[in-house]
Amino acid sequence: MSVLIENARILDPVDGFDTIGSLCVQGSEILARGQIPEGFEPRRRIDARGLWLMPGLIDLAARLREPGQEHKATIASETLAAARGGITSVVVPPDTEPPIDSPAEVELINRRARQACGVRVYVLGALTHQLEGQQLAEMAALVQAGARGVSNASRPLASLLVLRRALEYANTFGLTTVLAAQDPSLTGSGCMHEGAVSTRLGLAGIPEAAETAALGAILALVEQTGARVHVARLSTRRGAEMIAKARAEGLPVSADVAAHQLFLTEVDVAEYDPNGHVIPPLRGQRDRDGLRAAVARGDISAICSDHQPHEPDSKLGPFASTEPGISALETLLPLTLRLVEDGLMGLHEALARVTTGPADILGFAQGRLTPGARADFVLWDPEAMHEVRHADWLSAGHNSPFFDWTFAGQVRETWVAGRPVWTLPTEDTA
Amino acid sequence: MNDSQIAHPGARLPQPGPLPNRLQLTDDGQLRHMLTIEGLNRDLLNEILDTAESFANMNEKAVKKVPLLRGKTIVNLFFEASTRTRTTFELAAKRLSADVLNVNISTSSAVKGESLLDTLRNIEAMNVDMFVVRHEESGAAHFIARHVAPGISVLNAGDGRHAHPTQALLDMFTIRRHKGDFTKLKVAIVGDILHSRVARSQIHALNILQTGEVRVVAPCSLLPADVDQLGVHVYNDLDAGLKDVDVIIMLRLQRERMEHAHLPSEHEYYQLFGLTSRRLQLAHPTCLVMHPGPANRGVEIESAVADGPHSVILEQVTYGISVRMAVMSMVMGAHQA
Repeated sequence: MSVLIENARILDPVDGFDTIGSLCVQGSEILARGQIPEGFEPRRRIDARGLWLMPGLIDLAARLREPGQEHKATIASETLAAARGGITSVVVPPDTEPPIDSPAEVELINRRARQACGVRVYVLGALTHQLEGQQLAEMAALVQAGARGVSNASRPLASLLVLRRALEYANTFGLTTVLAAQDPSLTGSGCMHEGAVSTRLGLAGIPEAAETAALGAILALVEQTGARVHVARLSTRRGAEMIAKARAEGLPVSADVAAHQLFLTEVDVAEYDPNGHVIPPLRGQRDRDGLRAAVARGDISAICSDHQPHEPDSKLGPFASTEPGISALETLLPLTLRLVEDGLMGLHEALARVTTGPADILGFAQGRLTPGARADFVLWDPEAMHEVRHADWLSAGHNSPFFDWTFAGQVRETWVAGRPVWTLPTEDTA
Repeated sequence: MNDSQIAHPGARLPQPGPLPNRLQLTDDGQLRHMLTIEGLNRDLLNEILDTAESFANMNEKAVKKVPLLRGKTIVNLFFEASTRTRTTFELAAKRLSADVLNVNISTSSAVKGESLLDTLRNIEAMNVDMFVVRHEESGAAHFIARHVAPGISVLNAGDGRHAHPTQALLDMFTIRRHKGDFTKLKVAIVGDILHSRVARSQIHALNILQTGEVRVVAPCSLLPADVDQLGVHVYNDLDAGLKDVDVIIMLRLQRERMEHAHLPSEHEYYQLFGLTSRRLQLAHPTCLVMHPGPANRGVEIESAVADGPHSVILEQVTYGISVRMAVMSMVMGAHQA
């Protein structure tokens, strides 16, 4: 089907394109951006006056909880939440139950995703067998089945030797390895940032060195092996500085940060708010500001949701015994645009961190609006004030610290492959 | 490109989460629960200590019972073993004429996988009036106070490393009885600050009562991060830390600190941080020696000191009853008001 979307402010971070005009969609692809090619006869015309049209977001880390934890959420529920949040591609870490360590799990997830709303679902395959950190997983088979990279999620590896061998093996196929920088022994039983607030609350802390020590080891092995590594979910200023230095030296590394790390700090854990329980933990203000600066500079080239929906019982208990994680698909885009509002970075730079940035990390073709690109995009109403409310929340997990926050702007429509997968109910568009 | 187009004056960051006092105080500032010392004001602490004083006088008489809480049911909900604390809470409740139920969870439901909230709801359904809670997790008392039915009070009898407010209050009571004014005092807390809920509550109480100087003395491996931000002076050398102090509070050293590499040995700890008669001479001549108990003799304190003329360790136990009676009667009063 051919569609003409007219009078939108078209924003494409791939080349800084910013023009009020038309987008022509032919089938599942973008035919033209800005002007209408001669002879284009759209079957449907949409007047998008006053709206912004931007590439759909690519989220590098979203737990959809399927298979194995359907009591928390399903691929159907979470892909709809993603669409509502303007996200058109999500990447699933391999720590499902069972873990994604054979083609069977990849195929199962792909099949469920096809039955869902249409948001693209990609997986990372396991780095080690059953994510146990000992034996390598069959990476080649996983990639053949469609895995976009390999990762041990946040599970520890038995030794640096296993990590070295895993990177070497992944490098054989040019695979990107996605690693969490968390030293398990320094993390211990910690459940929040180690500092003045953990001391006051009497909670076991996770020191900054849990990240920097692990990151130091990872960077040393990247240098040794030449393998491409993406460091997932940085939480410290020092970690961001180490990544910046490694990139400046030409090492093949990249990094992302969860959106909540750019807005919340250890203070948001008080008084034992389980919605502030995340791993890696919310850290100090200095860390938050350092991460923000690294995102603005591009040293951290992707912002992800690190979406982890939970059923209510998981968050009912004394802080340390609650499960870590934030349900975050529906706040990724509003938080990212809030960075622009806060004067941290320009609009295109911010959009790049959730589109072209993550696309480049895992080699996706989408995340742009250039002719020939996939027609995955978002129509955003910049004038609508939107309060985050339980009433219209779509994720099965309501574990968000952002309820009652008010954001400027709201997703009006989300399109994947040339068709709408989410449309804001009309009573909400006033 | 025009970034100002998305700036929006109506978008505001929300206020940070509730302060502890929004949970433990009523709107007119009375104690509804006793969860933590942090955030309470000096007048309220003095009111508790004054109330305890009146009970202390009564406790020294032949008839030790008042009918203040007659008909009330108090549940000692202990998820962690304790003899001394549970017993003094029980005695305090009985001297106020309340009915007392002791529930030791470490051997029952928790093992069967029943959630803390389910346990709470079940006991709550028996129409009780107060929970005295000890739990191994920091924040457990806050959690229970947040979910308990209105009208039920929660007293924190120790949660993880976080707080042990009635212990700190009985320590303040003991200090006040001997020393009176806090503003001229130097107090040293010695030992495993990192894992100590007692130390955290004492530090808050001492600072609220405007103690002249609060010191903590410990090796770096037993000090929590940024401990100075609690309002203490940090000493790593015991001799220096004891110089001229008016009160020494020794903390119990748990054996597992050796297993987790916090310390090399009890022997070396005693050499460096044990309170001996010789070291006691560095303190002020009328210095008090305190310990929340039970003391490890020869590990953190010499027997001669624990039993010596400066020691008020057994008085602390006695006063624990009066202080707990005071807190129990005050929280029930707040509910009835």
